[in-house]
Amino acid sequence: MSPDFQTAPTAQSLSRIALVGNPNTGKSTLFNCLTGLRQKVGNYPGVTVQRKVGRTLVDSTEVEIVDLPGTYSLAATSPDERVVIDSLQGDVEGLDRPELALCIVDATNLQRNLFLAFQVGQLGLPMVLALNYWDSAKKRRIQVDVEGLEKRLGIPVVPISASRAEGVEDLRKAMGRALKDKPLLRSPDFPAAIPEAVLQARSALSEGVEERLSDAAVLRGIFDGDDRVFERAGASDSQIREVFSLSKKALFQGGLNPANAEAVLLYQHIKDTIEPCINKGDGAQLDGSESIDSLLTHKFWGLIAFLSLMYLVFQSVYSWAGPFMDLIDGGKALIQDGVSSLLESWPMIQSLATDGIIEGVGAVVIFLPQILILFFFIALLEDTGYMARAAFLMDKLFSWCGLSGKSFVPLLSSYACAIPGVMATRTIQDPKARLVTILVAPFMSCSARLPVYVLMIGAFIEPKYGAAIAGMVLFAMHFVGLLVAMPFAYLMNKYILKTPPQPFLLELPSYQIPKVRDVFLRMYNQGKEFVVNAGTVIFAITIVIWALLYFPRLDSVADAARTDFLSQVAADRGVSLEASIGLVESEETLQQELEHAVASAYIEQSIMGRMGKAIQPVFDAAGFDWKITVGVIASFPAREVIISTLGIIYSLGGDVDEETGSLRDSLVHQTWSNGPRAGQPIFTIPVVVGIMVFFALCQQCGATLAIIAQETSWRWAAVSFGFMTLLAWLSSILIYQIGTSWF
Amino acid sequence: MKTLNDLNQGQTAKIGSYKPAFTASRRLMELGLLPGVEIRFIKSAPLGDPIAVDVDGRQLSLRRADAAQILVQSA
Repeated sequence: MSPDFQTAPTAQSLSRIALVGNPNTGKSTLFNCLTGLRQKVGNYPGVTVQRKVGRTLVDSTEVEIVDLPGTYSLAATSPDERVVIDSLQGDVEGLDRPELALCIVDATNLQRNLFLAFQVGQLGLPMVLALNYWDSAKKRRIQVDVEGLEKRLGIPVVPISASRAEGVEDLRKAMGRALKDKPLLRSPDFPAAIPEAVLQARSALSEGVEERLSDAAVLRGIFDGDDRVFERAGASDSQIREVFSLSKKALFQGGLNPANAEAVLLYQHIKDTIEPCINKGDGAQLDGSESIDSLLTHKFWGLIAFLSLMYLVFQSVYSWAGPFMDLIDGGKALIQDGVSSLLESWPMIQSLATDGIIEGVGAVVIFLPQILILFFFIALLEDTGYMARAAFLMDKLFSWCGLSGKSFVPLLSSYACAIPGVMATRTIQDPKARLVTILVAPFMSCSARLPVYVLMIGAFIEPKYGAAIAGMVLFAMHFVGLLVAMPFAYLMNKYILKTPPQPFLLELPSYQIPKVRDVFLRMYNQGKEFVVNAGTVIFAITIVIWALLYFPRLDSVADAARTDFLSQVAADRGVSLEASIGLVESEETLQQELEHAVASAYIEQSIMGRMGKAIQPVFDAAGFDWKITVGVIASFPAREVIISTLGIIYSLGGDVDEETGSLRDSLVHQTWSNGPRAGQPIFTIPVVVGIMVFFALCQQCGATLAIIAQETSWRWAAVSFGFMTLLAWLSSILIYQIGTSWF
Repeated sequence: MKTLNDLNQGQTAKIGSYKPAFTASRRLMELGLLPGVEIRFIKSAPLGDPIAVDVDGRQLSLRRADAAQILVQSA
């Protein structure tokens, strides 16, 4: 996006067109086709529904197109769904009512698609109808009399094939004319009971309130049983009750059932209106999807195909991203080295630049490979139509705890990284199911936990119990989170969100060949949104952590550490203190050890180190000493730093990794220096298992919290943090206490 | 009375009515699952639930618990 696009001064005066349609009508393809890269993605205020706005030329003037979420009906049962009706009525804060609705329908299934079109038409918005999938309609010998349809509906009807960009120029022309002529969809002639119900509803409202509502708005309120319509206009509770009781009575008297009046009347009207214009050929029912499904949702082969596909997705996010992440890491190290040598003479600026700023940027960019690869596959899975099949196959496994099959892909991706996993929950439309999936996702054992498992298992489990048990423990660690997460989801749904059992309704759309542009734009938008929103927070957190580990950098700390080190060397080698200075200067390894000792002293005296010591009593019951506690605390922004933090604390330098022998050795040899356990090894098996379970369950990832806040709110990010941390803490205590008394 | 849940694979029936307590009936009717419309039971998922049905050339999936709320008549 060019900056001038965002700040264009004409933004106020642009004509606005709302793009509406059912899911799976090729709406996104049309939007991408019209706007290309000239689109912006954001959220609607207060809800986590993606808001896509783009620009395109109509009659050589620029217009703004708002891509509204795909929906089957304007009846809103959730805040997310309300976005569509609110946008069309101009009730969204800061957004004007659109001047024109561009309604996209599937030409092979006009009847059902026109239901939404008529609902939109009743709001009094001028409309243009785009008949998409015109090519496959022709292939399936479905004939639509476009001119006849235009006459009967009263609005321009344009056949298009969005995926081939056919008919899009005609559509632009039609929109240009419609912005001037303002054609209205011919309203159905409803039986007298309907206007009577509206009249009755009006009579229940006070004058001021009544004036604020159009007939269309009142009718929507009656049809949907939606209090909010009247509430927002200022009606009191008693007025609202009166509205519903009077209007329902009017409907009953007209022989209509308020629960289904709209569906029955509209479908009847649609049938009468369009039947003469449509000729479904002999092959109308067949589009090949069912024969593909005889394999892909087959009892045996369907599951095999599904597992293979998911394995491919998981592998690619887990391993294919690896080289790119290494590249980013390598590049980051290069830049750090370069900048570091440039700023040699200003140690604090040097540390801020390398360990703060560059580290922070690196911490954001490092997630991009996984996000982009995952969304490449998600776009493919969704655009082909397979995603719905995956949900169909997996639903049974999730329904018992209040989730649905749609949670599978986000949770699987969370095993690689919770960031793309949480972003992938956008494929779940039901807001409560999405929220629970988001809260459950960080429990999945992500790749950043692996180093902790490898270090602990390699240092303690494997030497003691052998490779077979070590492998099993590693495997088991990947299920700890899942085992906790499923009951958590169940309890969350049952007691906290109090979700009534949600009917699971899923369309299994016809299989399609995905468009390269749609896939690319999906990756681009997701990547950009991550960097702009969550990225800022991740960057800020990194800087804060840097400061906590850096300050107060007192010279006296370094001096004391140096003196200690020198006298240690003097004692070890049996030389005088002066001679030891010479030794350190001449021997490179000693020099390095001295540096590590100073770094270790600095971290012990840093704000973070002091916090670790102050907080250690909290972890005492879990058998953690202050060094482990500092490691744990320093790992809250990003758990993968535990290894390098432990390296620094144990005076090995920050360059260690989980396979480093010296780190394993020094862990094995750590003993309690004082207290009741003085002289005993710190890392006993219960402590080791406790640390691993702590890392498995704890919410130690600032990036995940940032993304949860972006997708929900900071309140839910706080819930996730509090709950997971508490659970991790209790579990490690439980394991230590039970483990120590049993073994 | 027979429900959608009782149909066998490949069987076609006509939607009769919805059980009164079924809160999702409105949603289904908006999707065109109105009384009198033909519905075909395509198959159930490999794990037994949910099921896939065909309505007017469109495939939808719903859970057996919801399907048991939809009364059908043999076509």
